[in-house]
Amino acid sequence: MSTESGPKAARGAEERAADERAADERETGGGTDGDLGSAGAQLSTAPVEELGQVVPGSFGGVRAPGWRGTVGWTLRECSGWVRWMWRQLTSMRIALILLFLLSLAAIPGSLVPQTSVDEVKAQAWQDAHPTVTPLYRSLGLFHVYSSPWFSAIYILLFISLAGCILPRSWQFVGQLRSRPPAAPRNLTRLPAYATWRTGAGQEQVLGAAEKLMRGRRFRIHRVGSAVASEKGFLREAGNLMFHLALFGLLISFAVGSLWKGEGGKLIVEGGGFSNSLTQYDDFKPGTFYTADDLDPFGFSLDSFEATYARSGPQKGTPRTFRANIHYWLGADGKETKSSIEVNQPLEIGGETVYLIGHGYAPVVTVRDARGKVVYQGPTPFLPSDGSLTSRGVVKVADNYRNRAGGKDQLAFSGIFAPTMVIDNVQGPHSVFPALDRPALVLTAYHGDLGVDSGLPQNVYQLNDKKMKQFRGTNGQPLKAALAVGDVLQLPDGGGSITFDGVKTWASFQVSHQVGNGWALGSAVAAILGLIGSLFIQRRRVWIRATAGVDGVTVVELAGLGRSESAKIADELGDLAHRLLPDAPALPDRDPDAGRAGPDPDADPDPGAVRDAGTTTDPSEEPLLPDEGARA
Amino acid sequence: MTIAAAVNENFANYSNYLIYSAMAVYTFAFLAHMAEWVFGSRSRVAITSAALTAPANAPAIKVVQRTGGTVTLERPKVITRSSTSDRGIADGPGAAGTDEDGDRYGRIAVSLTVLAFALHLGAVVCRGASVQRVPWGNMYEFSTTFGMVAVGLYLGLLAAKKKVRWIGLFLVTSVLLDLGLAVAVLYTDSDQLVPALHSYWLWIHVSCAIISGAVFYLAAVGTFLFLFRDYYEAALTAGRATNPTWANIMDRLPSAATLDKFAYRMNALVFPLYTFTVIAGSIWAQAAWGRYWGWDAKETWSFITWVAYACYLHARATAGWKGRKAAAVALVAFACFIFNYYGVNIFITGKHSYAGV
Ligand code: HEM
Repeated sequence: MSTESGPKAARGAEERAADERAADERETGGGTDGDLGSAGAQLSTAPVEELGQVVPGSFGGVRAPGWRGTVGWTLRECSGWVRWMWRQLTSMRIALILLFLLSLAAIPGSLVPQTSVDEVKAQAWQDAHPTVTPLYRSLGLFHVYSSPWFSAIYILLFISLAGCILPRSWQFVGQLRSRPPAAPRNLTRLPAYATWRTGAGQEQVLGAAEKLMRGRRFRIHRVGSAVASEKGFLREAGNLMFHLALFGLLISFAVGSLWKGEGGKLIVEGGGFSNSLTQYDDFKPGTFYTADDLDPFGFSLDSFEATYARSGPQKGTPRTFRANIHYWLGADGKETKSSIEVNQPLEIGGETVYLIGHGYAPVVTVRDARGKVVYQGPTPFLPSDGSLTSRGVVKVADNYRNRAGGKDQLAFSGIFAPTMVIDNVQGPHSVFPALDRPALVLTAYHGDLGVDSGLPQNVYQLNDKKMKQFRGTNGQPLKAALAVGDVLQLPDGGGSITFDGVKTWASFQVSHQVGNGWALGSAVAAILGLIGSLFIQRRRVWIRATAGVDGVTVVELAGLGRSESAKIADELGDLAHRLLPDAPALPDRDPDAGRAGPDPDADPDPGAVRDAGTTTDPSEEPLLPDEGARA
Repeated sequence: MTIAAAVNENFANYSNYLIYSAMAVYTFAFLAHMAEWVFGSRSRVAITSAALTAPANAPAIKVVQRTGGTVTLERPKVITRSSTSDRGIADGPGAAGTDEDGDRYGRIAVSLTVLAFALHLGAVVCRGASVQRVPWGNMYEFSTTFGMVAVGLYLGLLAAKKKVRWIGLFLVTSVLLDLGLAVAVLYTDSDQLVPALHSYWLWIHVSCAIISGAVFYLAAVGTFLFLFRDYYEAALTAGRATNPTWANIMDRLPSAATLDKFAYRMNALVFPLYTFTVIAGSIWAQAAWGRYWGWDAKETWSFITWVAYACYLHARATAGWKGRKAAAVALVAFACFIFNYYGVNIFITGKHSYAGV
């Protein structure tokens, strides 16, 4: 905020600029509060808070008679309100409220599972809370960060920001070209002040002052008997850069999500992948990403290494994950050996491949009633806990013939555990994520898998609506725990399933990313801008030399910051110290003060201290206007 | 078990002993601070207020000059005057008031805090040595390091001759709580990291987060006291009666303006670092999960915290929002930070679930 006092604050920037010019012309004239106002004006480009109430009719003014009058009045009124709303939208107050709303609005997204973050979890939550789900869905609570209300808040905020930043930038350019305002008449009224008498001439002092300030990289401007100087424009520049960088971030983020391409692929050891749409398990392209943008490359998973803590309190927690791969570029490129780890993605061509997850795929062989192999191979199961208890389904859709020779479809659904334990409470589950005691617990179905219905099906789940569970001789559902090598016979010689072994799978995310560099650049700019904005002081220093009647010159220094800080006083002291050689202080002409004695102000220095006197009693005038105790 | 592991075990045990010893010494420091406050209440502190007595800050301009001989000048005196936002009320003399015993206890408390800090530092270093990595891989380690950094910053400020002894009691109390919580609830044995934490960004991101947190914490203590002192000063200026015990405590605190300034400086100082923390986190997320921002619970709450602190900085620059309102915003922002630290790790399962509890 500017350092103007209340009534002045309501005035427009143009008026203040005029003030400043007037002050330049007046030089040392005037002795009112207004002086300080212009000296303190434009220390910042922050928008001025508007005071005063607006009511219907505020802008229309006098309504002339007749329809022309009405139209004119209505136009003035409307444009007045539009301008008023724009000023409100771009005011600090609204920016503050919008920022507050933004942080509030972000909260629900952290409490309700988000579809964009974890689809499976969001779905599970919705299934578990059927009553509130429709309401939540209509409020967009499952995709908060792309919901209309969240978007509305940040769009308004950024409009406000633009409306704030543009005029400020331009005002700032104006300030860069203008000269520091002339010294107020009464320097003692400024927050930091020092003075002494010297035998040096006025010109000499002012010349030395100019040199000093220039050397300190202040911008200086001499008016009459005073040198006005100003420094710390980087503060404003930093602040503007920071806010502009926020735009950079927003744009990079938007570009990144519109042009990104991102797909997931699960690969079993020994399997491979080549980069085309049909190969992905799921593919989430941005709006503007097309299949043509896919770079030609591929890779195969040779092996997956995982190690886990074998003992200690964190037993079972992972220690290393590494996917050993071969990759190739182009249609028939050379194969290169490499590996991908959790924090070490691999860049292949223009894409980045991340290791996202891993699990086990039991290898089974299914035979039909004729003894013919109708299904063989690894089937990935999905882990459901930290010890990799996994669930999955082996679906046999084709070729199976039952005892009577009829076509049928089979499904084996169950649990795979790398280190199996069966207890009565938890049922079969795993107690350790490595393959110490692998076992597969299965139950079997036959009937219609529903795969021909054309609806997409989850490969890890069984739609058992049209399926019948096989029953054992005791009439109970058929269920068995198999160790590697075991065979489960279907009832009535309907065939068998053999648990041949286990393979590991790993899932990868292939990402095509754009705008990351821009986002990073904007972030760095934002930090630099912030540092400038928060650590640099914008301040003005005036040095005045007044020739006195007795041939001595009175030197006065005063400093004013955009915000109050002890540093200004320190700096002023330092400046005074450096000015002293060119303007050596004179001993006192007042005989009383020259005497040694206890300092009335308890100055620890055993020297003579004298009062150079002040011209005004500050108590009769208001202190500096409300600036807040900003450091 | 290999020999190397046994050595590590030793370090882990040393670390635990040191933490307990540090807690014991912090307890004594706490008691000494209490004594400081109690003895301090014997001294009648007259509140020195320009607003209430004479408007005595007329600029007196002095040039100091040695008697006799050539004129050698001291640094010229600079007269400063404060703005209207502070009430012209001077800072209180501190917890000890003008009481000498109180002051002695205060000094003892600070010395004990230095000792406790040394033990605390030792504990953190041993913990690091026991796992051969930076000691902030789970919540126990975060909490102990966090408390250590907060105390270290406080002692650093004292060493830099800043008048911050008034924080002592509040800081020592909360560090005791923090360590108690860490030892009793969050304790996890020394161990290796899960693969997702194998990254030098861990080092950068988490250390910045801990430092930011510690500074935000000191600022929050200042803000909290500011609110009390501000109400008190408002009552005083309005001539309303205040409870004498309360007044006695309040009088010894720094003025509302000083507390406010302290809080602002701390917050503003560390805001860029916190911004960097969030950015470092997203760089790490980019490497680990293939996207730099994905609205994971931890990411969301660090965003909320960041926006809340931006709100606070804005509030300070907005007419009608300075003072208590801005202070309230700062406390909300700190609450967000704490929730992100404890709440998200414990209550919300996300990608950042490595709390070890
Ligand atoms: C996108 C959201 C925004 C964020 C995260 C943000 C953040 C910040 C931060 C951290 C500061 C502190 C720097 C300082 O105190 O000097 C600041 C200052 C400032 N902001 Fe924003 N801001 C945002 C939007 C806006 C908007 C919409 C406006 C326009 C009304 C605005 C105007 C200002 C001004 C004038 C300052 C300088 C205040 C001063 O000089 O003390 N900001 N902003």
